[in-house]
Amino acid sequence: MSIGLSGVGYRYAGETKAALLDVDLDLRDGEVLGVTGRSESGKTTLCLVVSGLAPRTIGGRIRGAVRLDGEAVDDWPMHRLSQRIGIGFQNPATQLSQVAESVFEEVAFGPMNLALPRDEVVTRTWDALAALRIDGLAERDPRRLSGGQQQLVAIAGLLALRPQHLVLDEPTAQLDPAGTRLVADAISRLAADGGSILVTEQKTDLLAATCTRVAVLDGGRVAIAGPAESVLADDRLPRLGVTEPSSVRLRRAIAAAGFDEPRIAAALADA
Amino acid sequence: MAGSARLSDAAPAIGRDAPDFLGRPGPSAVHRLNPLTKATLAIVTVVAAVVLGGLIGPALLVAVAVVLPALAAGVIGQLGRLTVLLALPIAVSALLINLFFFPGGTTVLFQIGPITATEEGLAFSLEILARILALSGAVTLFYLTTRPSDLVIDLERRGVSARIAFVANASVQTVPAMVERAGQITAAQRARGLDTEGSVWRRIRGILPIVGPVILGSIAEVEERTMALEARGFGRPGRRTLLWWPADSRAQSVARWALVLALVGLIVARLAGWLP
Repeated sequence: MSIGLSGVGYRYAGETKAALLDVDLDLRDGEVLGVTGRSESGKTTLCLVVSGLAPRTIGGRIRGAVRLDGEAVDDWPMHRLSQRIGIGFQNPATQLSQVAESVFEEVAFGPMNLALPRDEVVTRTWDALAALRIDGLAERDPRRLSGGQQQLVAIAGLLALRPQHLVLDEPTAQLDPAGTRLVADAISRLAADGGSILVTEQKTDLLAATCTRVAVLDGGRVAIAGPAESVLADDRLPRLGVTEPSSVRLRRAIAAAGFDEPRIAAALADA
Repeated sequence: MAGSARLSDAAPAIGRDAPDFLGRPGPSAVHRLNPLTKATLAIVTVVAAVVLGGLIGPALLVAVAVVLPALAAGVIGQLGRLTVLLALPIAVSALLINLFFFPGGTTVLFQIGPITATEEGLAFSLEILARILALSGAVTLFYLTTRPSDLVIDLERRGVSARIAFVANASVQTVPAMVERAGQITAAQRARGLDTEGSVWRRIRGILPIVGPVILGSIAEVEERTMALEARGFGRPGRRTLLWWPADSRAQSVARWALVLALVGLIVARLAGWLP
């Protein structure tokens, strides 16, 4: 078990209502946990709490316990925590440091902040670029890339800190289908390399393609959690404001039309 | 940066496997000067032009500290264009006002109706022009031969705090993003019927719905940017690793001090009344 939340609640500074209530989640190494739910259901808040930005950077009140690899990390400063768990956001542009002339320098920003030896910074930067297959962009101006490429650069910037865990908050929300595919492929590859990843997403097709487990939030609580296939086929999804993956909708439509569902399901699985 | 390996304060030999485009040397010897040397030259030229006054002093400064280096750097064409754009409006108004309305003007050059152009006015406006050229030329030359990030990296290497360096660098680098955002917001407001053309009053009224969102939008992004920076270890106290820095040399350090001392000497001479 690598990320563990037990009885976690969180209230933003200046708010009277809690944004998260009694959340219990476990995320093991090599696992991709998808978190979905309607807007304002607490997805972003969960990301901020798991990554430690809430309450460290944005204030507010937290309850319950967040443990990383079994350790209580409450008193870790952000720069130490960020070497254990990285967090990426929706908007690729605001994640760029704005001071880098090249993608290489952008990705090196984190390791440079850690004051690592120069050779180590260079090695980590090349490794992170290679992990996302964007070494070819190293010399480019990060501000002149497409949104999808910028998002990969932002994720590479997190990987250069060599965290064991990654939190991605709707990483494809502002991306076109091509950009979404780039990021989805990257998530699958990172998980295959043994990283544990928490990704929030409205696009359940992406969750179906990348996640081992899925949790659905509603009003700051976990409404459903379990293996991806069963959660994403759950009848309650529409009521929770979640659009089912297209494969699930297709299967339902086929069953409703009276076709022999198991044979078609087998054919779909083969395809 | 092989060429600078002889220098005592040379740029670092960039570590193994580091890409060679980091700190790629500029196209000319002037571009390759340390950013602080160029900044010192620009500041000393500006202050000296003001202190010297007269026509000959600033004109010599323009020739020696602006035109010669610009020729060496191969940016004289750009410098000329930018100088015209920047300095021409001020120069023309200064020329007209002083030519016709110089208080001590007695020697009449020519007359247009009720107003008189005087020789004293012409001489004074030429002095002003020389000073304006020295000012705008020195700053433009610095801008044309120095990348802002090079100056910031150099300052950080010299001990300026990483946070101050970041703020300085980010403010300069944000300008194009702000311009782009302003363009998008202008287009969006126009699509909703905002009138940004026509009379001056209409244009002024049109500014508010554009400036508001540009500024508020930037402020709203601050929290996101802060979180992204924190998540990348920026909050860590102490010095950071620099991947590269602009080369410096003993000779340049001596030259910088010599420029500063010369300027101090000039100011002393001016205060003591030794200058005309």
